[in-house]
Amino acid sequence: DGSDENEEGSAAENEETVKGTGRKRATPRTRRGRARGRDRHGDEEDEDDEDGTRRAGHRRHRNRRRGRAAGNEASDSDMEPAKARKNQANQKSKEEEEEEDDEKGGKSGKGKNEKKVDKKADKKGKKEKANKKKKDKKKSGSGSDSESEEEPITEEELAKLKEEVEEKKKLIATLRNKPWKMKKKLSVLKEAQLFVEKFEGALGKGKGKKFYAYKVMMTKKWMKFQRDFENFKTACIPWEMKIKEIESHFGSSVASYFIFLRWMYGINMILFGLTFGLVMVPEALMGKPYGSLPRKTVPRAEEATAMNFATLWDFSGFAQYSVLFYGYYNNQRTIGWLKFRMPLSYFLVGVGSIGYSFMIVTRTMAKNANDDGGGDDTSFNFSWKMFTSWDYLIGNPETADNKFASITTSFKEAIVEEQESRKEENIHLTRFLRVLANFLALCTLAGSGYLIFFVVRRSQQFALEGLENYGWWERNEVNTVMSLLGMFCPTLFDVISSLENYHPRIALRWQLGRIFALFLGNLYTFIIALMDEINLKARYFLSFTMLEEEKIVKYNMTIWEASLYNGTIPENSTAPPIQVDPADVPRGPCWETMVGQEFVRLTVSDMMTTYITILIGDFLRAVFVRFFNYCWCWDLEYGFPSYSEFDISGNVLGLIFNQGMIWMGSFYAPCLPAINVFRLHTSMYLQCWAVMCCNVPQERVFKASRSNNFYMAMLLFILFLSTLPAVYTIVSIPPSFDCGPFSGKTRMYEVISETLEHDFPSWFGKVFGYASNPGLILPFILLMVLSLYYLNATSKSYKEANLELKKKLQ
Amino acid sequence: AMGGSASLIPRDLLAEYQELTFLSKQEILLAYKKFSELLPKEERESACSARVPKSQILTLPELRANPFRHRICHVFSTSEGGDDSMSFEDFLDMLSVFSDSATSDIKSHYAFRIFDFDNDGTLDWKDLEQLVNCLTGQGEESRLSSEEMEQLIKNILEESDIDKDGTINISEFQHVVSRSPDFASSFKIVL
Repeated sequence: DGSDENEEGSAAENEETVKGTGRKRATPRTRRGRARGRDRHGDEEDEDDEDGTRRAGHRRHRNRRRGRAAGNEASDSDMEPAKARKNQANQKSKEEEEEEDDEKGGKSGKGKNEKKVDKKADKKGKKEKANKKKKDKKKSGSGSDSESEEEPITEEELAKLKEEVEEKKKLIATLRNKPWKMKKKLSVLKEAQLFVEKFEGALGKGKGKKFYAYKVMMTKKWMKFQRDFENFKTACIPWEMKIKEIESHFGSSVASYFIFLRWMYGINMILFGLTFGLVMVPEALMGKPYGSLPRKTVPRAEEATAMNFATLWDFSGFAQYSVLFYGYYNNQRTIGWLKFRMPLSYFLVGVGSIGYSFMIVTRTMAKNANDDGGGDDTSFNFSWKMFTSWDYLIGNPETADNKFASITTSFKEAIVEEQESRKEENIHLTRFLRVLANFLALCTLAGSGYLIFFVVRRSQQFALEGLENYGWWERNEVNTVMSLLGMFCPTLFDVISSLENYHPRIALRWQLGRIFALFLGNLYTFIIALMDEINLKARYFLSFTMLEEEKIVKYNMTIWEASLYNGTIPENSTAPPIQVDPADVPRGPCWETMVGQEFVRLTVSDMMTTYITILIGDFLRAVFVRFFNYCWCWDLEYGFPSYSEFDISGNVLGLIFNQGMIWMGSFYAPCLPAINVFRLHTSMYLQCWAVMCCNVPQERVFKASRSNNFYMAMLLFILFLSTLPAVYTIVSIPPSFDCGPFSGKTRMYEVISETLEHDFPSWFGKVFGYASNPGLILPFILLMVLSLYYLNATSKSYKEANLELKKKLQ
Repeated sequence: AMGGSASLIPRDLLAEYQELTFLSKQEILLAYKKFSELLPKEERESACSARVPKSQILTLPELRANPFRHRICHVFSTSEGGDDSMSFEDFLDMLSVFSDSATSDIKSHYAFRIFDFDNDGTLDWKDLEQLVNCLTGQGEESRLSSEEMEQLIKNILEESDIDKDGTINISEFQHVVSRSPDFASSFKIVL
């Protein structure tokens, strides 16, 4: 496009001053005419003339300035009308901007000094206004053309002036995008600001002057406020210096893990705020205190050990009967003087956390997808290696050396690959090896799944026989086994993948996929085993409680009979007040608390395992290598074991799965987000220290950016899978009758209908009833599916159009 | 130290710098601090108008290990004598282009100028050769052989040279680089 205009322009170079000659002259005018639309004809001629001289002068000046740009003699006058054709907002090229500034800057005909501040703008104002009009596409001018030129400030001129001011303002806003030196930018800024100040006052004349001035002032204040807020927000971002240090030592891919960690920390903070502020604090402040109800008291049997550290670490005892877990909450509809609806709040916070998480993950994915541009484009392989492979954040000479080496290797590899791309390898052997590798990976997955199932069953046995009889290992078997599996299987997968002989990026994808399957399998096996256990226990306790209930009823009756003889209690009292200490009342099974406890224990043990792995695997290893190198037969630093590298993908996956567990468990244990916030906080400091102290920069330096959306997609998938169990329990399983905010209801979601009945006017309930009618919901779902299909089709067509344009460019 | 440096940049100038660069207020003040530390003690008061010689700029840890540090100084310097010394405003310009919030457009514009070793407005064979040598490091064994170099540059020109004139001009460069997902995140320097 640009080259076309240039050619046209250069052809008509010095013929501007001759009025009306040649085709070239005619076309600009018609184009201008079209753009201007409502322009008065008389004015045009004069402006053309002066434009011509001015343009010539500008062109000469511009040529002097643009000595460097080879071959572009005249980017000039014909650009101007062409500019009028193009959409102003979208397609201003750099040259057009500069020319526009030339026009604005140099008002006099042969303006050499484009930076001259135009103090005499008034005199040239009219001409300048007309000039601007040529470039404007949007016409927000007034309708009446009938005003003559005699009146000093007509409405139309007012409108023109307004447009100019708007343009100047836009220029100021986009100044930082221009590739100019600071001096030039400063002068253009000052001049534009002076212009705006001067004319903004003048614009206020006429109706609504005060309002206009007020509006202007408010806009200024708003912009200042926005800028200050941006500054404040940037200052609030934690750990910026830490991450920057890591970036300069290890490059952007390792730093991307920490940036991801920080982002997760933000999400967890919000979840923590929700659960803490809306669930835990109201219950603690306004609910019935500890000891007033059976569900809120430690049972008599456990009282002796309730305060022991071991019990607390296990999250039983006092920790279990507190706001930390589901079972503590009372099912009273409103609590306290605020009439805070506790069960409703509990339900909504649970649903809201999931909803918020979905929203923010999807939003981040969409943002990343935008940045990704064309996606996995391999058509610029070499050029990208050349132009974008250096990481400018590297500040450490050693990392720089590594980077040089990796770039060299990647160049050489790419060249070799390119040359041998058609060479036929021994496909049969490769295929066989790949099949074998997949088979081994499947075996590992199956093995780990079975191991978990077996271990959970065993722990169930232990629980039945009483945990006091067993040592530490039996009590923590499940968690330890899961964490150890998560630690060793990925290494196993790494070894298996060396059989496959894939391109490193593809191998990384396979690796990530296998680790993902491993964690997923483990998690779901764990849940299934847990569910089995719950069912078993529930049935057992249910039968047990039936007996106890009978006992209570019998107790009631004996008391009642006794009181009858005393005659103090009326005959038809239903429940004579028995002063039974809440600690003595036998409890029903509280499977929700149990599930919550399991998740909390899992999270805590995962945290411990990670920290210990870092300390032993990284720190002790580094100490060993450093200090034993002097007295060892081979070079420890270069051979085995050497310093460890930072395993980005393993850590990211660990983070994702940890988050999955939080999402799964936070409905049953409101304390989980709090624990996770603590865990992420300490993790950040510990891992930053470990990376700087014990790790070396990676040999093969991979850009993590392409995998960014892959991790986000996994996070989304995990989020979806994590919410399935919670949703299933809300919808299908009756809550425990004896504990939690939903006790007494047949299903947990009934709290919604209860609220609608009591707290909303009756018509609302009716409307809701109609809205939840399947006859309405099914068409709605159908509509959503159709719109999904439509959007998908449009996006496909856009992509195709894109490809077509790309081809045309070439 | 930070409070003191705030008072050394006049407030309206600071506001203008915020308007004209992609940097936040704290970043500008930090840049001022780092810049004045590069000056000898006597000149620190008038840091806004002083010029720092190239050798001093290259001691900054952010630039020290960069293979393009000389080109960066050259491109951003406005010194008339050709000694590539930088004033504070040049320094701000540089940080603004390399900052996180700068647009990909302006980054690619300046990247082109940095890679254009002979300053002729296009990337020709010699420029590309020098570029590859910068990227492969200083050691002799890490350099590419001449056949590899030839093959590499041929491949690059095949991919990026749309009008097949044997050189890459700025629009071709921007076209190639804007499609890369890594460019904006790697073309970053943070103080």
